[in-house]
Amino acid sequence: MRGYKAKQDRRMMHAGHIIPGFGLTMGITVTMLSLFILIPVASILVYSFSLSLTEFWQIMTSESVKFAFLTSIVCSFVAALINCIFGVILAWTLVRYKFVHRRLIDGLIELPFALPTAVAGITLSKMYSNTGFPGKYLSAIGLDVSYTYLGIITALIFVGIPFVVRTVQPVLEKLDYQYEEAAHVLGAGRLYTFRRVILPELTPALLTGFGLAFARGIGEYGSVIYISGNSAKEHTQVISYVIMQKLNYMDYAGATAVALVMLIVSFIILLSMNIMQMQQSRRTNNV
Amino acid sequence: MYSKKSFRKPMIIISTLFVSLMLILPLLSVIVNSLSKGWEFYVKSISTTNVMSAIRLTLFVTLITVGVNTVFGLAAAWLLTRYSFKGKQVLATLIDIPFSISPVIAGLAFIMMFGRMGWAAPIVDAVNSITGWNIKIVFAIPGVVLATIFVTFPFVSREIIPVLNSVGTDEEEAAALMGAGGFKIFKKITFPHIRWALAYGVVLCTARAIGEFGAVNALSKTRGKTFTLPLEIDALYMAGSADSIVEAYAASSVLVIFAVILLIARNVLEYKTNHVNSLLKEKNVKD
Repeated sequence: MRGYKAKQDRRMMHAGHIIPGFGLTMGITVTMLSLFILIPVASILVYSFSLSLTEFWQIMTSESVKFAFLTSIVCSFVAALINCIFGVILAWTLVRYKFVHRRLIDGLIELPFALPTAVAGITLSKMYSNTGFPGKYLSAIGLDVSYTYLGIITALIFVGIPFVVRTVQPVLEKLDYQYEEAAHVLGAGRLYTFRRVILPELTPALLTGFGLAFARGIGEYGSVIYISGNSAKEHTQVISYVIMQKLNYMDYAGATAVALVMLIVSFIILLSMNIMQMQQSRRTNNV
Repeated sequence: MYSKKSFRKPMIIISTLFVSLMLILPLLSVIVNSLSKGWEFYVKSISTTNVMSAIRLTLFVTLITVGVNTVFGLAAAWLLTRYSFKGKQVLATLIDIPFSISPVIAGLAFIMMFGRMGWAAPIVDAVNSITGWNIKIVFAIPGVVLATIFVTFPFVSREIIPVLNSVGTDEEEAAALMGAGGFKIFKKITFPHIRWALAYGVVLCTARAIGEFGAVNALSKTRGKTFTLPLEIDALYMAGSADSIVEAYAASSVLVIFAVILLIARNVLEYKTNHVNSLLKEKNVKD
C-alpha cells in the first residue's frame, strides 16, 4: 500500500515538471500573497507582541471588550444555528421539489453576497425599528428587534444564510434516493429517516456551512452596526465595532490586542473546518 | 416509488416566506425609502458632488481590485492544481485567510503597517524624499485599494481551482510534451475550460469590492475625496436628519441596482458553466 502511494506521489511530482510555469506561478502567488495579506497581518501580530501581558490582560478584561466578545460570539452562534435550520429547509426545497418560482429563490440566495453590507445594515435597521415593516407589528407585541440582541441576530441571519444553503445543496444533490427508499421499505417513518439516514450524510457539509456563517458573523461589521444600537451599557456592541472605536480614538494598543484574539478565534474555526473537511473526504474516499 | 408529497407544500411555503421576508423585503425597502420624497429629490440626492465622487472612486477601486485578483487568481489556481509540492496545503490555507478575518482587522493591518507608527511608514517616506513624490497610503486612495484587495483576495482563485481540478492535466501534459510553451498551453487549452469560472469569480470579486465597508472605513476619512459609495451612504445616514437619511437610501439604491445586475450575471454564468460542462462531456463521449 505504502509502495503504491509513494509511486503515485513520484508520478505526480514528475507530472508537475511536465507542464511549464511552476517558477512563474509560484513567484506571483507567493509575492502577492505576502505583500497583500501576510505582511499586513504580521504587522498586527508584531505590534501586539510588544504589549506586556498585564497590558494585554487589562484590555481584554475591560468591560466593553469582554461584553462585546460575548455578544459577538453568542449572537453569531445563535444566528448560525438558525441558518442551519432554514439552510437545510431551503436547500432541500431547491433540490427535491420543482415549483414555479424555484429559479427565482435559487437565484436570490446569494443576494447577501451581492448587496453591500452597509446597505443591508441601514435597511434592516429601518425595517425592524418600530416604524418599519415588520418592526411595527413586532414591537406592538412587545418584540423590539432593532437596537437589541435580536437585531444583531437578524442581521447575522441575513449575511450567513448563503453559506449554509450553498454548502448543503451540492451534498443533497448527490445523495442517493436508494437509502431513503430502503429505510422506507424497512418501515422507517419520514422524520426517523431524515434523522438517521439523511442527516448523518449532511452533517459534514452542515458543519462547514455553520463554521463559515459563524466566522463571518463574529467578524461582521457593516450589516450589524446600524441595527445593533452599539450601547456599551446594554451590551449591544459587537467586537468589530469596538475595534473600530479604538481605532478612531487612536488606541492602537487596544485595537491590536483585540484583533489578535479575533485572529486566534478565526484561526481555530478555520482549522477545525479543515480537519472536518479532511475527515469528510477520507470518509467519501473509503466508500 | 417513495414520495414526500405531504412535505412538499409546507417546505415550499417556509422557503418562500423566508426568502421574501429576509431577502426580497430589504431590497424593496431600499427602493421605497429612496423614493419616499419623490423622484426629483431622488435625482438630486444621487447627483451631489459627494455621491458622484464616491461612485467614481468605487468604480476605480473595483477596477484595480478585479485586475489584481485576476492575475493572482489565475497564477494561484494554476500553481495549486498543476503541480504537487511541499507546503501546498499550507499555501492554500493562507490564501483563504481573508475569508475568516473581520474586514475591520484588514483595515487595522494596513494602519499598523503604513500608519504613523507603522514599520513601513519610514520606507514610504524615504521613497517620497528620494523621488520627490508624495505618496500617502493610509487615509488616502492607495489604502482604500489595498484594503479592498485584501478582503477580495481569494475570490477568483477559489472559483477556478475546482474547475481545473476536475478537468485534470492530461491535455496540458500532452501539449507540453509536444513542445507547446506555457502561455500557449494556457491560451489554447486551459483558458477555454476556465473562462466561465473566471468570469464568475470576477463577478463575486466585483460585488464585494463595490460593497466593501468595514476595511475601507478604517482607512478612509475624507468625504468627497477618499470615500467610496458605502462610506458616503454611512456618512449620509449618520448625519441623521430626515432628508439625509432619504439621501442615504437614494445612494443605496444605486448599489442595489449594481447588486441585482451582478446577481443576474451570476445566474447566467452558472447556467453557462453547467451548459459548457455538459457540452464538453458530450464531446468527450463522441471523440
